[in-house]
Amino acid sequence: MKRKGSGGDIKSGRRAFLRGLGKAVASVSALMIGGAGLIGKKGASHAAVLKPDIPPIPDYDWTQHDWGYGIDATRCIGCLRCVEACKAENNVVPTANHFRTWVERYVWLEGEERPMVDSHSDPGNIAASGSEKEYRFDNRYQGKKIDKAFFVPKICNHCRHPSCVQVCPTGATFKTHDGAVLIDHDYCIGCQYCVQACPYGARFFDYERQVTEKCTWCYHRITKGLKPACVEVCPVGARIFGDMNNEASDISKFLRENRVQVLKPETGNAPTCFYIGLDKEVS
Amino acid sequence: MDALYHVSPFTGYVYPNETIIPWTVMIVVYPFMTGLVAGAFSVSSMYHVFGMENFKPVARFALLTALCFMLFVPMTLLLHLGQPQRAFNAMITPHMTSAFAAFGYFAAFYAILLILEVWFAFRADNVIRARNSTGFTRTFYRAITLWSDDISEKAQSYDHKWMLTLAIVGIPAAHGLHGYVGFVFGSLKSREWWGSDMMPVIFLFSAIISGVAVLIVLYTLVSKLRKTPIDESCVRGMAGALWGFLMFTLLLEGLEFANVVYKAKEGIEIIMEYVTGPLFYRYFVFQFGLGAILPIIVLGLMFARAVRGKAFIVGAVICALLVLMNVFLMRWNVVISGQEIAKTMRGLLTYHDPGGREGYGAAFSVLMGPLILLFILTRIMPPWKDMTEEG
Repeated sequence: MKRKGSGGDIKSGRRAFLRGLGKAVASVSALMIGGAGLIGKKGASHAAVLKPDIPPIPDYDWTQHDWGYGIDATRCIGCLRCVEACKAENNVVPTANHFRTWVERYVWLEGEERPMVDSHSDPGNIAASGSEKEYRFDNRYQGKKIDKAFFVPKICNHCRHPSCVQVCPTGATFKTHDGAVLIDHDYCIGCQYCVQACPYGARFFDYERQVTEKCTWCYHRITKGLKPACVEVCPVGARIFGDMNNEASDISKFLRENRVQVLKPETGNAPTCFYIGLDKEVS
Repeated sequence: MDALYHVSPFTGYVYPNETIIPWTVMIVVYPFMTGLVAGAFSVSSMYHVFGMENFKPVARFALLTALCFMLFVPMTLLLHLGQPQRAFNAMITPHMTSAFAAFGYFAAFYAILLILEVWFAFRADNVIRARNSTGFTRTFYRAITLWSDDISEKAQSYDHKWMLTLAIVGIPAAHGLHGYVGFVFGSLKSREWWGSDMMPVIFLFSAIISGVAVLIVLYTLVSKLRKTPIDESCVRGMAGALWGFLMFTLLLEGLEFANVVYKAKEGIEIIMEYVTGPLFYRYFVFQFGLGAILPIIVLGLMFARAVRGKAFIVGAVICALLVLMNVFLMRWNVVISGQEIAKTMRGLLTYHDPGGREGYGAAFSVLMGPLILLFILTRIMPPWKDMTEEG
């Protein structure tokens, strides 16, 4: 009896153990499957060129748009409102070395073959503005004879074949269906490979957040039917933005009526930022 | 001043965002260390795969050296990343078009291979050590052999079979890993100084010479410290390998530079201004002159005149040190110099030490880490004598 009983104890103990083991295995595998599912999900949402599944933005369908940006360099007066507006709108780190958009000044002094080039982040220009948060071009050429001079606004080119997206090891930066190149700041590891790969110097490292940053065409604005901040504030209409799918848009008109150029076409990046009024010295 | 964070001084015109150089000295140390790994592994394979007997005294030491450097390679990248805690994102959701996406897998595969190779190479020794000791020491050695206790001839021939297989897989893996590092730079079209098809090959050859050189230095140094005789034929073998591969490396690097100058694409003016100005000493004088041409001449003369004994060893060590300087400068002159030539091709920047986790101090610590680990490992598993051969 005793023997039987103890045998029963052992048996029931074994059974309990097996039951426990079964539960453990079941829960671990459930966790694993769940984990794998999560990973799979994350992976899918970070593929380089996203499938046109609609992101959760109210009243916005990114399959319906193909955004484009135009710059008329002949109009730019170098007032730099675009730069200040961009910094304010997008909370860009307030230094003279981090810009989503910037303006370059090209000046040919009399008789010179090549131009003098600077941007508002040049130490001389920062000294003239007196602050790293306000921008202006100084009067360094005052009194000098000038053959030719102009300004060139620069911005991320939101390339059709972006080399930054190509090199990102995690897929944190990606090309959206409507043409913008964006960065998932919660997924970026901060390796700065994309900063290296961009031929245009459009990317920078946000040292406050320890991730890479760049122009988004004010994605939070354009998906609500607004224009990017830089376009909105430009007093001379040097910056043009719109939907290339819409024939009546500013950008479609700009592309139809002008012979446009892109920067560094030899890279094969195929920018969707189109210029008129460039010079061979602009790169 | 917080606002002027890490700004590098520049001349001419550079894009505003370029004034903060993205890749720091950590990215110099990273290819330098992977190069040492690949090179040291090659030296170990000379004996383990190709059966060159004069490499036997350093064969197992070379394996440990490769392992120690390999374990510290990820450290350089982790210190560089803005979000190191997300580093595994690159392995969990690799973005396959990135030249860097497979690095995690490659490096992990190679590190595991090295650990296995070391385990098999030292298993019999560790079994004997376990048998000859008591208490905690015994438990420790039993644990690192994973409680195996068989050192019969059959078991040892099994060990050797595995070592050979792993080494044969390891040669392409080590060189693949390092050629891959070269591709990370060579495949970038945004920088004239980097975007070259020859970059992976140059990286590979300089990896081999750096690995051989570091072993010449470490082997003679350790022999001095242990007061044991230096095996001259072993140093001769390594010096010969160094001499041969160094010539290839110099030729490839020279060709690479000649290509840039001769093709003279847009922006060549700024490149010429750079190489004849800030780069002159550290490129032509130190990297090419003192780091490559001088050791080639000295080693050549020593072989031609059949220099022997202490003079040869001293000469070989000096040449090895010069080659290590050469390879470190080569990494510097690729990684840092590439970023000092602005993408505008109208300006030059000067690298500025950011300090902190990516500063010179941190880089030096990361370089010293493997040496400290190597010191500890050679105490635990002395690679000098095969205990099974002692009987």
